[in-house]
Amino acid sequence: MNFDLGVIQAALPYLWKGMQYTLELTVIATLGGLFFGTLLALARLSSIKPLSLVATGYINLMRSIPLVLVLFWFFFLMPVVIQSLTGAERPPFIGPDRTAIITFIMFEAAYFAEIMRAGIQSISRGQVNAAYALGLNYRQSMTHIILPQAFRNMLPVLLTQTIILFQDTSLVYVISGTDFLGATSKIAQRDSRLVEMYTFAAVVYFVISFSLSLLVKRLQKKIAIIR
Amino acid sequence: MPMIDIKNVSKWYGSFQVLTNCTTSVEKGEVVVVCGPSGSGKSTLIKCVNALEPFQQGEISVNGTGVGDPKTDLPKLRAHVGMVFQHFELFPHLSITENLTLAQIKVLGRGRDEANERGVKLLDRVGLKSQAAKFPGQLSGGQQQRVAIARALAMDPICMLFDEPTSALDPEMINEVLDVMVQLAKEGMTMMVVTHEMGFARKVANRVIFMDRGEIVEDAAKDDFFGKPRSERAVQFLSKILHH
Repeated sequence: MNFDLGVIQAALPYLWKGMQYTLELTVIATLGGLFFGTLLALARLSSIKPLSLVATGYINLMRSIPLVLVLFWFFFLMPVVIQSLTGAERPPFIGPDRTAIITFIMFEAAYFAEIMRAGIQSISRGQVNAAYALGLNYRQSMTHIILPQAFRNMLPVLLTQTIILFQDTSLVYVISGTDFLGATSKIAQRDSRLVEMYTFAAVVYFVISFSLSLLVKRLQKKIAIIR
Repeated sequence: MPMIDIKNVSKWYGSFQVLTNCTTSVEKGEVVVVCGPSGSGKSTLIKCVNALEPFQQGEISVNGTGVGDPKTDLPKLRAHVGMVFQHFELFPHLSITENLTLAQIKVLGRGRDEANERGVKLLDRVGLKSQAAKFPGQLSGGQQQRVAIARALAMDPICMLFDEPTSALDPEMINEVLDVMVQLAKEGMTMMVVTHEMGFARKVANRVIFMDRGEIVEDAAKDDFFGKPRSERAVQFLSKILHH
């Protein structure tokens, strides 16, 4: 068996397109997940019982089913659900790209919610009191005092979750999304070069994820000194 | 009309009663010191005044506004009641200047320049003008507490609440904070101060309130309190903190 680097080189432009999609998906899902996750965390911590219950239920549901299943559910079943709800003749086409973005945001929101909840709870009652005592209302206290500190305390964990997400985006492969792994796989099948392509994919994922986690470690040390 | 009026206030944590029928008032321009053993409910009482702690019975009004009234706009009320905490509670992610200006801008609607000017003036007053660009973590405890006082003053409060402002400080830093408070009292600020600093009480208090087990045991003019405390519990407390 000969290991042909030329195969990889020839495929690089196509693989780069796949990688762009992977990164795009990671960034969008992180930002969306963070946004909705923060809202979910606030809802879960809310003193309004029904709101808290719904948020807790959603978070527990998402954290208890495999990501692949959520992807399948959205891809195959959601169109049928929408069809029966709207009474359309044919199930609407959501497509892998939109499915992927919606699913990842919904799924990550549950995980980010739990991280943000821990972050919010790490801020002492005294800080909340100080904000209130100055006349800030709930929303102002959250946006200016509590959330920035919660976010800073949780930054290493948030970034670690993002690294996991970066790897998890490869699951769009199952709904034929052409992310980095999907692109690699297509070339591998076309050229019958499974060894080269899958080895290359593994190396790329490893290098990116591992260097990012090293960065997180350094960041963690830096934050520890500031405190 | 008193600035702070506390009438028959009772509070429970579950079935445990932390405040029992507390009644007192603070007139405009008056300095009232609240003392008592730890766990006597004095911090809880002062936190009830600006509704940081809810209470189940009785009434508190500040400048005529009912604190327990569900119709009261609490943020608006709190904006004009300065509060200083035991653990300073400066916002660690914001610079000293930002600590001083945030609420002025967001709550009072002042412009950034106006808020900055007011902040710097007060920072100068507490002797920390040169620290404006630093962060709270870079200051000593005494300095942080002085900034906290300046932060409260920046809101132009009608009265000030102090919740054990020197209890978390190293001994050598207590006086720099007390000096600022004495100055404030002399300028006629209405103050309710929970503290064990009896020297401060002697110097500037008009009245001293002694609390024990959630009750106001004594509420007397300063000289009466130190001269001839009526209750046995106050006598014991004073002998403990004055002679050791």
